[in-house]
Amino acid sequence: MPVLFYIAAAVSIIAALNVVLQRTPVYSALSLIVVLASVAVMYLLLEAPFIAMIQVIVYAGAIMVLFVLVIMLLNAGREAPGERNRLARWLGGPLVVAFLAEIVYVVWRQFPPRTTHPAAPADAAPVAIGHLLFRSYVLPFEVTSILILVAILGAVVLAKKQL
Amino acid sequence: MTTSSDTTVFLFIAIVKVAVILFVLLTAIAYLTWLERKVIGHIQSRWGPYRVGPHGLLQPLADGLKFMFKEDIVPTEADRVVYWLAPFIAFVTAFLSISVIPFGESFTVAGHKIALEITDLNVGLLFIFAVTSLGVYSVALAGWSSNSKYPLFGGLRSSAQMISYEIALSLGVIGVLMLTGTFSLRAMVEYQRGFWHVGGVALLPHWNVFAQPVGFLVYFMAAIAETNRVPFDLPEGETELVAGFHTEYSSFKFATFFMSEYANMITVSCIATLLFFGGWLGPVFGPSWLHVILPVVWFCLKVFCFLFFYIWVRGTLPRFRYDQLMAFGWKFLLPVALLNILVTSFAVAWINA
Repeated sequence: MPVLFYIAAAVSIIAALNVVLQRTPVYSALSLIVVLASVAVMYLLLEAPFIAMIQVIVYAGAIMVLFVLVIMLLNAGREAPGERNRLARWLGGPLVVAFLAEIVYVVWRQFPPRTTHPAAPADAAPVAIGHLLFRSYVLPFEVTSILILVAILGAVVLAKKQL
Repeated sequence: MTTSSDTTVFLFIAIVKVAVILFVLLTAIAYLTWLERKVIGHIQSRWGPYRVGPHGLLQPLADGLKFMFKEDIVPTEADRVVYWLAPFIAFVTAFLSISVIPFGESFTVAGHKIALEITDLNVGLLFIFAVTSLGVYSVALAGWSSNSKYPLFGGLRSSAQMISYEIALSLGVIGVLMLTGTFSLRAMVEYQRGFWHVGGVALLPHWNVFAQPVGFLVYFMAAIAETNRVPFDLPEGETELVAGFHTEYSSFKFATFFMSEYANMITVSCIATLLFFGGWLGPVFGPSWLHVILPVVWFCLKVFCFLFFYIWVRGTLPRFRYDQLMAFGWKFLLPVALLNILVTSFAVAWINA
């Protein structure tokens, strides 16, 4: 369904630009949610509904709520252009152009695409993903969770000077 | 192969289904407010609404009209865009989740199979969780954008509460997921067909609630908190916060929040029915048209029982204190849910072995 893809792609690109261009942090955060949601739509189009739902639950639902909450708590208003922005103004443009050129080059080199069909739906089924996570990649999976736990503990220790 | 006439029929059926479900849902919400006022009234030895129509039956209509004609006030310092966006998010997330809820057996009319739901996703349950997790934004943003003290406090409290109880809510149903081995709500109901046999006697219906009583309790308590209802309605604690996150909302925007809350109650009750109480399964008899109608009746009856329970709780229990609420969610519900998962997984492994 190419039409749906183009709609999702257009929405995600416009929202992504909005993340960068908005000066009010809440608007940027909201645009980022739209980006994540439209990426979820693309997962759906690639016949990976499980990944799409997880994308919405974890990124759009859980992580971005924390972003929005922090912005609300700090009551961050409009950002004023600061001292550092002068450097960004001179370097930003050329860097963006270089980055875009890089992407265009990589995509162009891959064209026409070698694999024309999306991953088989069976690979994206919840059962298949579960088998991958808890059989083939169980060690990396568990190590990652320990890493995250360490990060949480570190954050608590840093935030609370006295425990 | 699908021909163009097939597509037309599909579109026609889908649109009719959406229209009917939306109409039924909106009517159910309207009369849920009436039911709530009546039941609470009787619990408190009052009559409840009685003036508009017989037994106050036209009260929801009068309320709706009143909301529409009230002046729409926007606070001067409010963030206009977000202020407008918040009720929309509430409404969309509340009504979107109903689209994956099946409420009866499928049947065939003129060669076309009609399933009694808008769409059957094979990740239906996850879809509902995804949409619910987006619902937090309406509360947080409404509280923030009003640019006023009480809404901000209400919004913060509410978001913290919803995030905390969402964990217990999702963990509560994992036991059922392990038993049924699917995310599809229709398949989960099919799993519950039949009876539990004790000593060769069909004793109880094969409902998950008898296999997962702890899971059900955790789910339902978290669900009450998730929908911001008594005894977990601190975000709207009138005595401290005026009305919480929607203090500054008036007219139809307020009505939108109100309707979303009731829609969420209905969704949560539907999920409890589907996951733990066998959905539309029940005694079916009589001619073939009754085979279509009766399951829907059973489903609606079960959902009604949950909604009545909601109102009953509201008429009975006092409100939690905020620290009690957080302690209950994190130190009681969460460990119990985790323990339930542990026990269930051992049981499933033992049965499969």
